[in-house]
Amino acid sequence: MRAWIKSGEPWIWATAGGIAIALVAVLGVLWLTAARGLLHFWPAAVVETTFVEKDGSKIRLIGEIREQEEVAVRRLVESGFVIPGNEKFTTRYLLKLGNRDVYGFDFKWYPAPLLSEFTYPQDLIVVERREWGNFYGHLKAVKENGTVVAEGPAALPELERRVARADELFQKILRIEKDDIGNLNYALEQLRLKERKLQLQGKFDDAAKSGIEKERESINGKFAELQVHLEKLRGEITRDSLSAEVMDGKVVDVPLEKVAEIYRPNAMGLGDKVGYYFRKLYAFVTENPREANTEGGIFPAIFGTIMMVVLMSILVMPLGVMAAVYMREYAKQGLLIRVIRIAVNNLAGVPSIVYGVFGLGFFVYFLGGNIDQLFFAEALPAPTFGSPGILWASLTLALLTLPVVIVATEEGLARVPRSLREGSLALGATKAETLWKTVLPMASPAIMTGLILAVARAAGETAPLMLVGVVKLAPSLPLDGHFPYFHLERQFMHLGFHIYDVGFQSPNVEAARPLVYATALLLVLVIVGLNMAAISMRNRLRENYRGLEGM
Amino acid sequence: MNTPNMNATLPKPHAINMSAALGRVQGRESGSADMPVCLETKNLNLYYGAAQALFNVSVKIPKSRVTAFIGPSGCGKSTLLRCFNRMNDLVDICRIEGQILLDNADIHDRAVKVALLRRRVGMVFQKPNPFPKSIFENVAYGLRIMGINDKRVLAETVEKSLRGAALWDEVKDRLHANGLGLSGGQQQRLVIARAIALEPEVLLLDEPCSALDPIATAKIEELLLELKSRFTIVIVTHNMQQAARVSDYTLFMHMGEAVEFNDTETLFTTPKMDRTSDYITGRFG
Repeated sequence: MRAWIKSGEPWIWATAGGIAIALVAVLGVLWLTAARGLLHFWPAAVVETTFVEKDGSKIRLIGEIREQEEVAVRRLVESGFVIPGNEKFTTRYLLKLGNRDVYGFDFKWYPAPLLSEFTYPQDLIVVERREWGNFYGHLKAVKENGTVVAEGPAALPELERRVARADELFQKILRIEKDDIGNLNYALEQLRLKERKLQLQGKFDDAAKSGIEKERESINGKFAELQVHLEKLRGEITRDSLSAEVMDGKVVDVPLEKVAEIYRPNAMGLGDKVGYYFRKLYAFVTENPREANTEGGIFPAIFGTIMMVVLMSILVMPLGVMAAVYMREYAKQGLLIRVIRIAVNNLAGVPSIVYGVFGLGFFVYFLGGNIDQLFFAEALPAPTFGSPGILWASLTLALLTLPVVIVATEEGLARVPRSLREGSLALGATKAETLWKTVLPMASPAIMTGLILAVARAAGETAPLMLVGVVKLAPSLPLDGHFPYFHLERQFMHLGFHIYDVGFQSPNVEAARPLVYATALLLVLVIVGLNMAAISMRNRLRENYRGLEGM
Repeated sequence: MNTPNMNATLPKPHAINMSAALGRVQGRESGSADMPVCLETKNLNLYYGAAQALFNVSVKIPKSRVTAFIGPSGCGKSTLLRCFNRMNDLVDICRIEGQILLDNADIHDRAVKVALLRRRVGMVFQKPNPFPKSIFENVAYGLRIMGINDKRVLAETVEKSLRGAALWDEVKDRLHANGLGLSGGQQQRLVIARAIALEPEVLLLDEPCSALDPIATAKIEELLLELKSRFTIVIVTHNMQQAARVSDYTLFMHMGEAVEFNDTETLFTTPKMDRTSDYITGRFG
């Protein structure tokens, strides 16, 4: 035994064990988020069964089985269920019943012994609605302006046609509301600001006034035109509805205006299901959120995260590299620079929320407030840069990641061989030329390493962002078609905050939980993607400097 | 490497040296004392912090000749060499007293720009140090620093320099390959090409062959003999045979002092100082 310990074997086992645990942890996280998140988009079968109420009456249940768990019978009995038999443990199911507008709740647990056999009727439809979540039921009829146009077996094809029409109208309305009316609103706001600016400058004379009035009238004219058009479309879209029998036997009308998609999961083949799955996955990545973020996609959050990280990189790189170059190449290596170096290293350990507070106090209130006073006086008291926004969030994260970039760059500079610097100097290059043409290019892989670490840290950071620019729901992206295209003062959505918001601030936690996992998985993927981009850049740079190790 | 040339290279330096030595003997008689002087030091003292590395060194280095510095390790030959292009400026604790004249002008004059001085006084280091760039860009580096970016001028100068450094035939088909991919000897010739591309007046070589094998060494030596018509060459070497083979004049240094300076023949055959003869005959060092 002592010989075994002396041989060093235990160390090898201990180190291998360490790496094994690390791997298991990483894979476990990925597996959990992937399994929980990605399964969400698979069209689940819809179950029809009956349940024995406490008073002995039977009710019909229609819904998706979301979860099942073992539970002690005693606990069920205590909470008032009458469980036959004398088993100690039994199963209970969480059913997603949908139809929140009809029953007032859409998730409920049921003990297995009180449920009858599960059946999967083919004609059950799932209606994905734009409000109130999913709807489950047996399709009975399709109505136009309240009168039945198709019934029985003919109802489904008719319904599909009409849903497609309604969807087309919906997209038209959406486009008009978002783009056309959005543009007009933007133009009106610009006009108001122009007017206010002229007033502040004291140049608001009659000529200017009449000019602005004329413009405003023309915009208002276009606005009215659009309104009329919109009214017409809205009238058309409300024409159709479907009626379906829900689980307690009532027949409920659902206006097609609110329907996003209709499908019959029990009748779908594998191919249909796979198609549906990828369509949903794609929609999740590319669409805007709905229903307080518990439905729809997360595109704005992905976009916000990436844009913020890119902005942060643009801000932190020059700053960090310049600081490192000064400390390593120009400053006299004395006590002062040693103290500064220690301070920089310690900055990396400051809790991120502290940076958030600093960003709010300094960037948002002080810098932003002053910028507003100087350049955006016409918009006051509404703040432009004086409120949290993507620029301030990026700056705050740039500060947060600055130490990482400085340390990595300094190490890279220290590794550039002295012989190469001398070679360049001996050819008549000045120190600055040597830095630009030889030293910095050679340190670039190390600088990229700094950037990789910075990106990894910044993309996952959430706490400080809540103070300096992230919101639950941003009305518009920080990049759009209005001049100057980048709207750095705007608030934005972020995957990290989205996870927090959907998971913990959501009105419908059960419905949102799979989305939390899916979003978490996507956040990991975004960070991995950003890192891969940086790593491939670094590898390309490294390729140039192979063979230098011996110098 | 081009094999046809290879076989011819080995005996060649010796052949050249024989005739060169003969020429030298004749040349000396015509009067070495009034050779035009290129570099000169006057009472040069150099300190690294408190430690003195050079003591009162006064030497005159003749124009368009090869001068070798020999001496045991740590005698200050490299330090002296690095004074000529003010490479010692990079060492914070280094302090210099006395004068160094290049064409009778003090190189420590306030008006002298170090970068310009280094263009006039090129240097090749002990270990080959090509930049991690293409062969072409390595040679063009100094020219680009000078602000020459005309493609034709660059291409011409690069070719001329590589030919001058006897490397052209070996690399002409891969000018855009990384300079680090060359062999050690080729790298050292690349570095020489890089230096002569700037048409310096003086070429300083700090033990240029110490990291090379005998074949590469022979090539470099042959090259130096070709280059001496165009440049004043100062070479530091550990290897007395090398000094005897390539140099016209030799300076023997010991303990930071310039002990003896003379033409190579005389110094090796009839040294005046005991220390010189002791070193040459291998009694120390």
